[in-house]
Amino acid sequence: MAENKNNYTSIPKEKFSFVHDGERISDKKFDDKPIGYFKDAWIRFRKSHAAVVATVIIILIILFALLAPVFISTHDATFMVASYAKKPGRLNSFLYDYGILDGGTNRDFSEKGLIKAIAVGIGAEDWAGNGVSYEQGMESDYQPIRRINNSRVSVGAGNKESTIYNSRVDTYLEVGFNYLSVEKSEYEAILAFEQETGLHVLYPLVANNEYCQDPLDANYWYKTKKGAPLYENESGKLKTFTLDADGVLEHDLLDNYKRDADGNVVYYEYTGGGNFDTAQYKIRVLYYNYYQFKYGFAPDYLMGTDSQGYDLALRLSGGIKLSLVLAISVSAINFFLGAMYGAVEGYYGGAVDLVLERIADILYSTPFVVVATLFQIHLSKKVGPIPSLLFAYVLTGWIGTAHRVRTQFYRFKNQEYVMAARTLGARDGRIIWKHIFPNSLGTIITSSALVIPGVIMTESMLSYLGIVKLGGSTATSLGTLLSDASAIWTNYPHLMLYPALIISLLMICFNLFGNGLRDAFNPALRGVEE
Amino acid sequence: MKMAKYSLKRLILMFFTLFVIVTICFFLIRMLPRELPTDKVQAQAIAARWEALGYNEPLLVQYGIYLKNIVTQWDFGTSWYIQTRQPAWELLTSRLLPTVLVNLYSLVFAIPLGLALGIYAAIKKNKWQDSLISTMVMVFVSVPSYVYAFLVQYFLFFKLDLIPLQVYSLADAGGSWFTAKMFHSMLGPVIALSFGEIASLCRFTRAELTETLTSDYMLLARTKGLTRAQATSRHAMKNAMVPILPMIISSFVGILGGSMIIEQIFGVPGVGRLYIQSINLLDYDVFMVDCVFYTFVSLLAGIVVDLSYGFIDPRIRMGE
Repeated sequence: MAENKNNYTSIPKEKFSFVHDGERISDKKFDDKPIGYFKDAWIRFRKSHAAVVATVIIILIILFALLAPVFISTHDATFMVASYAKKPGRLNSFLYDYGILDGGTNRDFSEKGLIKAIAVGIGAEDWAGNGVSYEQGMESDYQPIRRINNSRVSVGAGNKESTIYNSRVDTYLEVGFNYLSVEKSEYEAILAFEQETGLHVLYPLVANNEYCQDPLDANYWYKTKKGAPLYENESGKLKTFTLDADGVLEHDLLDNYKRDADGNVVYYEYTGGGNFDTAQYKIRVLYYNYYQFKYGFAPDYLMGTDSQGYDLALRLSGGIKLSLVLAISVSAINFFLGAMYGAVEGYYGGAVDLVLERIADILYSTPFVVVATLFQIHLSKKVGPIPSLLFAYVLTGWIGTAHRVRTQFYRFKNQEYVMAARTLGARDGRIIWKHIFPNSLGTIITSSALVIPGVIMTESMLSYLGIVKLGGSTATSLGTLLSDASAIWTNYPHLMLYPALIISLLMICFNLFGNGLRDAFNPALRGVEE
Repeated sequence: MKMAKYSLKRLILMFFTLFVIVTICFFLIRMLPRELPTDKVQAQAIAARWEALGYNEPLLVQYGIYLKNIVTQWDFGTSWYIQTRQPAWELLTSRLLPTVLVNLYSLVFAIPLGLALGIYAAIKKNKWQDSLISTMVMVFVSVPSYVYAFLVQYFLFFKLDLIPLQVYSLADAGGSWFTAKMFHSMLGPVIALSFGEIASLCRFTRAELTETLTSDYMLLARTKGLTRAQATSRHAMKNAMVPILPMIISSFVGILGGSMIIEQIFGVPGVGRLYIQSINLLDYDVFMVDCVFYTFVSLLAGIVVDLSYGFIDPRIRMGE
């Protein structure tokens, strides 16, 4: 019988050997890090260009709001100069000569109006009362008329023809001269300031005679008749003149300064006041330089000034901060309230759900504007308008979030893994927060993000309508800025442009950001509009 | 039958909710201190009226009087400052027509445009036309309506001088709300309101239609030999309309409420401006009736949407 090679019953011991000897074998380590829920969402979020761009713009706007008060070091949001109200943006920079941020606007002038504006520049050179030529005046740094764009003939009432000059005018310099009443000590301080800096603040007073157009308007320093300037012809008679075809003055202006017995111009006039120190002087100042004397810096307003003379950039920065702080606190509070309420509703169901749903339903059905108004009327005197607005949002804002959480709880609470957890002895609290709640996290984050644009929008609307009254210099909102501008903005477009632009950008970007978040957290919902 | 029962249930619930809100509003408003005008004769007269109307009774008694007056005489109180001694309800109804007209015009304008753009975008899905429309829609939905109001005023009034800055008063427009002159002056608010309406309707239509366009029955319809246009108009459109129509219906209910801010900017003498006026002048009875009205409109819009689903598509069963 041949030996059976397949006889396994008795294999000699030597034939055995270890397959693997030496190193331990273990599972391969992952080369890359595991991708968690949030990282997964972040990867998807990054891929949405619109959402990323929107996020960048939001960050830029926030940076503007935070940094504007830091960079504008000369004054703060409570700084107000009434003479420089409603002025467009102006910066003393190289851009000024290119017509960018030159505080300028293109405006139609009548002949007399244009002469008056040009005269400011001529008068500004004539601090000593020696007479200044037209050319010198046009080259002055204080000449408000930057250039004359064009002129046209218009026919007014009674078929009277008049020339209209469209010119670019620096509205800050256009303020020109002002009459002020100051104490003697301030007068002396101005003299010292003039000595120190070489700037001219004080200008000769104007005589109140038949040639004075308006004794209260310090810009009529030249001799006029019915608003038209006068010159002396060969025979020594005073005749009116006007602009030639190029908008150049036909003659030099004649000054109408007040002079003392020796023929010297007068810079101040004693107007009353008791003793030596408190004597009141009437003086005539070039406002642009007086501003520098008074505040210590030249007027620089990136976005111009608002209807009262506050710095618009700082007001805007304050308004953005208010809107964002309000929106983010509302969103955060709603996040927690909505999560709690929805979890309790959805998890316990039954009678609890029925009662809680009814309460939510009643709150939800009340129009928000009614809630906000009632809160304002009742609480704004006690706790201030902004906290009462916050209460109004908190009262009704969480319902949407709660509803979404409730739906998620209904979906998950009867699933097998929850039953398994319950069988293992997990308490309600643990099942709610550890096992079911994370499933609704994505939806809540998304809806909380989408609360932000809603809050910004309604807040600006309520403050625009005056339901929320944010008065005073400390608190401002974008809506208040818009409503301040609403009556006058056609003449001062920047008052409307900047707040409207910022609020539109914020709305668009937060909506895009929210949509990006929704797509990232719930890829199944992509493209579904709520 | 089921439908009727469900509708009844919803209606009862609606009136319950309305009742609760009205009660809360009533107490919150009546708790406020009332102010008399500075004119002494007038103040005396109004104080006497208040005494007679029971405004000085305890709150609960006042509430009873208020409900009794509504039930027996449909009397919601009296305007003291806006239109002295006019019943608040009459004041409200007199302001209703301008609000409704402005919003109705804007809907007439917005619905066809919104639908057409939405359908076009859905058909051209993922092409440049779609991205253009979708981007525009995103912008137009987000930008607040008052920004449009300013743009409309700036371009159409200030630059081109095509429309008046504000809506004409009744006397200026020839004594009727329906004259051509009045319509012309209402164009401003109508256009300003339309932007948002067009955009949101377009977005909704596009979303619904793209969903139906990719469904299986569309494939079947095309396999049967229908052209794309036929399949879209006969099958996809009809199904997409199921959620779109209730939305349109609800915006028709919503026109009662109007837009406060647009009314304020364009000076439309409507319900929204009445609301602002009543707060500024502290005319509490008018304020109260305006609150009731707004609440009622928002409740009604909700219920109409829910019920219309059932009417439009019998497959959707109610209350289950």
